[in-house]
Amino acid sequence: MKALWNSPLFGVVLSVFAYQAGLWANRKTGSPLCNPLLIAVALIVAALKIFDIPLAAYQQGGQIIGLMLAPATAALALSMYRQIRQLRRHLLPVVAGCLAGSCASVASVFVLCRLFRVDERLTASLLPKSVTTPIAMELSAQAGGIPAVTVAAVIFTGILGAVLAPLLIKLFHVQDPVCRGVAIGTCSHAIGTTKALEMGELEGAMSGVSIGVAGVFTVLIFLFF
Amino acid sequence: MGILTQIGIFFGICLLGEGVAAILPFPFPSSVIAMAALFVLLCAKGLKPAHIQQTGDFLLKNMAFFFIPAGVGILENIDALKGALGAFFAVCALTTVVVFFAAALAARGAMALQRKWKGERE
Repeated sequence: MKALWNSPLFGVVLSVFAYQAGLWANRKTGSPLCNPLLIAVALIVAALKIFDIPLAAYQQGGQIIGLMLAPATAALALSMYRQIRQLRRHLLPVVAGCLAGSCASVASVFVLCRLFRVDERLTASLLPKSVTTPIAMELSAQAGGIPAVTVAAVIFTGILGAVLAPLLIKLFHVQDPVCRGVAIGTCSHAIGTTKALEMGELEGAMSGVSIGVAGVFTVLIFLFF
Repeated sequence: MGILTQIGIFFGICLLGEGVAAILPFPFPSSVIAMAALFVLLCAKGLKPAHIQQTGDFLLKNMAFFFIPAGVGILENIDALKGALGAFFAVCALTTVVVFFAAALAARGAMALQRKWKGERE
């Protein structure tokens, strides 16, 4: 049996099928709570524990998958470019919304972490939690945080954003589709964007564009923080 | 363009990003440099979306898949979260609401400004 999981292929195969299971559960329930990534991670952790497989064995394959993180981030440029006409037309609200949201995110995480007496490493892991996962992971590592904790925070924030978006829109009386999209994309990146797409095409486009713009702003804020 | 060429383009741009990040005097995520470089390349028409469409869409559609190993890495760091789980959830939940409000408010303000400028011009 050992020979089986000592191959890097083991981690890749396990990840692919765990993710397929996650996608299937998400389709069946249609709920953002059934997040495919969350389910995949839970299934893999359970499999490793049950069969007593060392994490290092899994991560041999994991590293190969991780190699695709940077290209996946770069690909965001393609999805932003496809919305360039909408981006140009609504440049001012997108820039203003993303800038304000990114500043509010970093500042509020910092203040709350101090308030709850969260230690430095965990604070550094939480600071970039509103931006898309690949950017957040790099920022977390740079600031001395734990990328794995950051991934958990990013997913949780995204799910929360997607679930709460309709409620928050009512609460803050956000009527304009552009404002809705910018707010959803800035606070809950790609997971929130799936919800924004359900609301309308313009909401989805603005939310998608905000993922990249808010990511860049957060990186810039980190330079001065 | 063939898929292999497309993969080469994506990896090449990322490698370029790592090179630039190494030269920069301050820490800056190389993947964000790669994203900016690709965006500029597309805007400058040096590259057409159709040229990198298949690989680009593959990466975008399966984005979440690539984070799985990082997520599983939480196994190693479970101690860092112990005792701070309540704070972890509270910080995430509260800031999500704050960020939504700040972004919506600023976007609305900017739209109002834009409308005012347009109104004055006409």
